[in-house]
Amino acid sequence: MSHATVPLTRRRYGETMRQDAWWVEPLIVFVILTSFLVYATWAAFQNAHYTAGPYLSPFYSPEIFGDSPHAWFGPKPGWWPAWLPFSPALIILPFPALFRFTCYYYRGSYYKAFWADPPGCSVGEPRKTYLGERYFPLILQNVHRYFMVTAVLFLGFLTYDVYLATQFTDAATGATSFGIGLGTLVLAANVVCLGGYTLGCHSMRHILGGWRDQFSKNPAFRVPYNCSSCLNRSHHRWAWVSLFMVAFADIYVRLCSMGIWTDLRLF
Amino acid sequence: MAKATFSVWRGDNGAGAFREYSTEVSEGMVVLDAVHQIQAEAAPDLACRWNCKAGKCGSCSAEIDGQPRLMCMTRLNQLDLTKPVTVEPLRAFPHLRDLVTDVSWNYQVKKGIKKFAPRKPDAEDGTWRMQQEDVDRVQEFRKCIECYLCQDVCHVLRDHHLHDQFIGPRFLVYAANLEMNPIDTGDRLDDLRKLHGIGYCNITKCCTKVCPEEIKITDNAIIPLKERVVDEAFDPLAKLIQIVTGKIPGP
Repeated sequence: MSHATVPLTRRRYGETMRQDAWWVEPLIVFVILTSFLVYATWAAFQNAHYTAGPYLSPFYSPEIFGDSPHAWFGPKPGWWPAWLPFSPALIILPFPALFRFTCYYYRGSYYKAFWADPPGCSVGEPRKTYLGERYFPLILQNVHRYFMVTAVLFLGFLTYDVYLATQFTDAATGATSFGIGLGTLVLAANVVCLGGYTLGCHSMRHILGGWRDQFSKNPAFRVPYNCSSCLNRSHHRWAWVSLFMVAFADIYVRLCSMGIWTDLRLF
Repeated sequence: MAKATFSVWRGDNGAGAFREYSTEVSEGMVVLDAVHQIQAEAAPDLACRWNCKAGKCGSCSAEIDGQPRLMCMTRLNQLDLTKPVTVEPLRAFPHLRDLVTDVSWNYQVKKGIKKFAPRKPDAEDGTWRMQQEDVDRVQEFRKCIECYLCQDVCHVLRDHHLHDQFIGPRFLVYAANLEMNPIDTGDRLDDLRKLHGIGYCNITKCCTKVCPEEIKITDNAIIPLKERVVDEAFDPLAKLIQIVTGKIPGP
């Protein structure tokens, strides 16, 4: 490839001729992602107040081992190392966390907000060297599609949780009946938001047909690809809405479980 | 009529300084109008490249108040005229004079990308048959006017000057246009990874934001190419399918 000599001086960190508040967007991203990380870590280590009636917090779903009736295989297993803190959330949260961490949209956002690479478009950078995503560790971002597959599995689990959230048990008789509470709607809205985010993921779009050059020869790919592309156009919005919603769903269940908020039974 | 001040970069070969010019502005004017007015009134030797004045030739690219934009498509009512409006040359390319840069590096890069390699013609008269749905995607890429604003704003070129290792967003769009073309048989994925440095792109979407043709450069060209490169080089499952079936990406 040919070289170009660029004599204009390199700009210092943060130097720009831009007159708008370019720093606002990365600052908001920094604050929101940091707040979410702190809250999610705190909530994951609590190992308490993650169920309320038929509701299970999405941070703890699926509950593979745990003390609640939602647990698949009963309480904490005997082989769990004593030195390792136990919480059902710690077993499963790495998967959705890594799905978001390797997401193309979040990558662009947090490279700017956390690593100033660049701090903003046409704003000077703090470092002289740059490796991009060509070398370890960032080359591992290429595994995004595998975490996307786990995210689809989680969507299935969370959808099943919404079904369970319609099965209310009468405390007096022990009978189970169909019902819908505000918590059911919160958990359902969480699935919708996560679905919008996951199904419009760039890797999903690729697997659903983006890798093909001719849809006319493979019409089965046409509709899935177009649907995924439609969601993908608002991928950034789905990314943020689903992040807020999953945290809100956890907070809702937690507040109900702690008795701070009484769930509203709609019918 | 109101007056506005423009702080225009003057100088040769990278050396120079901003010089302020005041000129009368009126409703509907664009930055290129103001630059022409400055040439007429105060600086006849001010060098500036332009042609169509309609946002289609891609000649009048510059940095206006620090943002890469076409001068002919930037209306003055989009700018804060209470302060001097800065007008600079593109920073990712060698400076020649005033607002003019040498963008010939881009022409060399284009030559390095494997050419369009159509399959055997579908008809005896040497023509091909394509369905509209198969060319919908690549038609977006053909809107590119080669203004190189995306190249200018890309921090890999602008700040890190990795011109010898990275082809930039414009040519990733060009490569996507060829790779996704339904009658093209060429394979550029290995080159994209090893020679053209697609891994340098860290998806900041700055290129998409400055594109005057509103091409979704990152979402529709670069990321789909990255996914195809993952198929070829980083996905063990796709590799296994490739070994079993002989190929993965199909038409």
